[in-house]
Amino acid sequence: MDRIADIWGPRTPHTPGAAWPVRVDQHLEEGLTESDVDRWVQSACVLCSNGCACDVAVKDGRMVGVRGRAEDVVNRGRLGPKGLYGSWQWSDTDRLTRPLVRENGKLVETDWDTAMDLVVRRSKELLNEVGPLSHGFYTSGQLFLEEYYTLAVIGKAGLGTPHMDGNTRLCTATAAAALKETFGADGQPGTYTDIDVCDALFLFGHNMAETQTVLWSRVLDRLEGPDRPVLVAVDPRETKVAQHADVHLAPLPGTNQALMNGLVRELITRGWVDHEYVKAHTIGFAELKQTVEPYTPEHVAEVCRIDANDLRRAAELFGTKDRVVSTVLQGFYQSHQATAASCQVNNLHLLRGMIGSPGRGVLQMNGQPTAQNTRETGADGDLPGFRNWSNPQHIEQLARLWNVEPLTIPHWAPPTHAMQIWRYAEQGTIRFLWISGTNPAVSLPELSRVRAILRQENLFVVAQDGFRTETTELADVVLPAALWGEKHGTFTNATRTVHLSEQAVEPPGEARSDLDIFLDYARRMDFHDKDGDVLIKWKDAEGAFDAWRECSRGRPCDYSDLSYERLRGGSGIPWGTERLYGDHRFPTDPDYCEDYGHDLLTGATTTPEQYRAKQPGGRAFLKAAEYVPGPEQPSAEYPFVCTTGRTVYHFHTRTKTGRSRRLRDAAPEPWVEVSAEDAAELGVAQGDVVRVESERGAVEVSVRIGRCRQGVVFLPFHYGYWDTDSDEHDRAANELTATRWDPVSKQPVFKVSSVRITKREG
Amino acid sequence: MHLATYVGLLHSSLRTLADAFRAVGDGHGEEPDVKTTCQVLAGRIDGQVERLGPIVERYGEHRESEPERLRAAEFEAGFTGARSGGVGLVRDLQDLYALTSFTDITWTVVGQAAQGLRDQELLDTVTAGTQDTARQLAWLRTRIKEAAPQALIAAHG
Ligand code: SF4
Repeated sequence: MDRIADIWGPRTPHTPGAAWPVRVDQHLEEGLTESDVDRWVQSACVLCSNGCACDVAVKDGRMVGVRGRAEDVVNRGRLGPKGLYGSWQWSDTDRLTRPLVRENGKLVETDWDTAMDLVVRRSKELLNEVGPLSHGFYTSGQLFLEEYYTLAVIGKAGLGTPHMDGNTRLCTATAAAALKETFGADGQPGTYTDIDVCDALFLFGHNMAETQTVLWSRVLDRLEGPDRPVLVAVDPRETKVAQHADVHLAPLPGTNQALMNGLVRELITRGWVDHEYVKAHTIGFAELKQTVEPYTPEHVAEVCRIDANDLRRAAELFGTKDRVVSTVLQGFYQSHQATAASCQVNNLHLLRGMIGSPGRGVLQMNGQPTAQNTRETGADGDLPGFRNWSNPQHIEQLARLWNVEPLTIPHWAPPTHAMQIWRYAEQGTIRFLWISGTNPAVSLPELSRVRAILRQENLFVVAQDGFRTETTELADVVLPAALWGEKHGTFTNATRTVHLSEQAVEPPGEARSDLDIFLDYARRMDFHDKDGDVLIKWKDAEGAFDAWRECSRGRPCDYSDLSYERLRGGSGIPWGTERLYGDHRFPTDPDYCEDYGHDLLTGATTTPEQYRAKQPGGRAFLKAAEYVPGPEQPSAEYPFVCTTGRTVYHFHTRTKTGRSRRLRDAAPEPWVEVSAEDAAELGVAQGDVVRVESERGAVEVSVRIGRCRQGVVFLPFHYGYWDTDSDEHDRAANELTATRWDPVSKQPVFKVSSVRITKREG
Repeated sequence: MHLATYVGLLHSSLRTLADAFRAVGDGHGEEPDVKTTCQVLAGRIDGQVERLGPIVERYGEHRESEPERLRAAEFEAGFTGARSGGVGLVRDLQDLYALTSFTDITWTVVGQAAQGLRDQELLDTVTAGTQDTARQLAWLRTRIKEAAPQALIAAHG
């Protein structure tokens, strides 16, 4: 078995509605067989949001292999290239094993007491001097639920700072925002089994073949089986998904909203609307209709530079098929008007009443494996348990649960989003920034700015990771963290399926789990509740999970009937029902909803009074917005639109996948994809090194010809500098991207930068 | 009839407002959301000015200097550039808020006259304008509320 060459593995086709057949993928360290394995430990893969269940092979206290779990609903035994070759191979390569502190400009090894004393001293100083607004936390989409919840309680009830977000802001914020705007609360409506029965599948800005390979195997099993569903792909590149599509719409990056308005308009004008459903279960049809009115197929074709008939054909498929599933990802989420465009996907489904039953559903996807939990627990810009920051009753509930004064919990505005946290740090009003499990020095936009912020004298940076990264090198204190397989915890995939991940081996050296580090900080800070008892009463992962169960009780993401015991063995279990909204009652009740919503054009918040006046009463919102051209348009100086994205062989900033020999060899260096026409015009050939440059920075990479539409180029975003010798900053795609975000979800606009390309001399 | 006076007032206050949104947006380029949103909103105000064209033709306009004075006070004398820092942003947005409120009540006055005149076209223009103004006010309020605590408490110097 070679999942580098044969990425999606052999087909297991099935008839619509039949259970997806089992196919178990396994990979053991070279030279080992199953009989060498001491024990198998239950877990799930953390290298994308699919959350494929697996067992980890352990021999002599080391992780030596991985095998898909046949009984799991998510993957039925399958694993993709990253899962097989990137899950454990990094585990004993150049790990961080001791804390580091900066002395005379250099990071030097020290012990935990010294490092934590330093952190706590600075923290207390700033609390005295300025107060909690001096503290910011930038966390991950890759820790476990228990760790996020603990961090959320530290931030909201211990310190009382609103400045906490995850890198989930870069990957999944729009999914959450679009679900909140339309349905009143976060929570994935659909489930993967919808793919097994649908007769039309729409992928909006979702290169599933590379981002979630096992899910794409599931789709391939339908595409190559009996009663093949039709496939529509919206992507400016000719990806593998697009190659399989019956209709491929390749809108110019930055024009998704025009395209979506056109699709919605077609549905309305051609009469493919279930008016009874719309009347009974939605609000806002008249405004939606009025907003999309100007978006005729011809007008859209001109804006998006597509064929009007392709748009008509796509709309007809959506309008006439009986079971339609849509998925949405970064092509939509990382563009301007991200939330508006993603809401339009929800709208398409609502207009047809195409939600809540088998084969009819929306999957607003996630990028990272545990992004869902950052959203649920409030370690991102949300409150725990999908609570509404502008609903005083919800604040009361949290205050009671934690036994603190409601005023302790910051709720004068939504919790600060990541891009704003970095801005406050830049301005010197956040002076303590704790980064956990993420590498912003490669993954945030406009890296020269990020590096400058991290280097600021007046900013104290704590970075917690399993490896030295581009970010840890700029920190004041580096804390060595245990990673997957080295600690217990749970996490939830893009379809709300919760998996338990057991500890397989001991962490290296003195590394500690993120949970233990947060608990240690809380202890040293002496956080207590209003009766003087310790604030955080749990001491381990299961204790944190149980506390979370209480916190989530009665909320849409109710974990109260889940437990470690139930999650042990068998399949992962979704919270909620298998698919949400089967009863067509949406969580929009003003006392229950997670958010009162926004104006999609500006991000202005709807006030509680305005929201109540709409009397949503369980109906969903058909939100609308006109298309506005993106803030950065190609010019004579920067004539190309540059879009960034993923490759199938790497995850995030390659801290793990770059340490797997197979994955590294499969994609060792970054590149730029250019269309054949553009390459000819530029006079460059496959493999030539070119300089790709925006107003903000440049990279020097080799050319790959193909896949992009003319005028559009693509850069993979995974590559940074930890595995290069040179001091140049000429490899990371985010040298080029701009500091800019969607007005509602605040997700950065990675997909649209204007660049020029020049052939490197010599 | 004094409608012409108010059409004139509306017309020039909208222009002032569009300029002010652009000035604040340009002046706070380091807050990309402020910059982009101000541009989008200014563009929409331009659209309102355009829609006001036929109304101006019908009723004429009598220019008042009131909004010009407002502009002078808030945006030119003190506005050699944007105010700097977190508090500066809050103050500039607050000025925009005041100016937008002025436009808002001007729309209301014109709208009342439109009802009296039973002028459907004017009413439609007023409805669209009022909605847009509500959106501007809502955004300003949102952004000011977010920025205020950090600016007032955590900023030093
Ligand atoms: S699809 Fe995602 S979760 Fe599944 S094995 Fe691949 S990387 Fe891991």
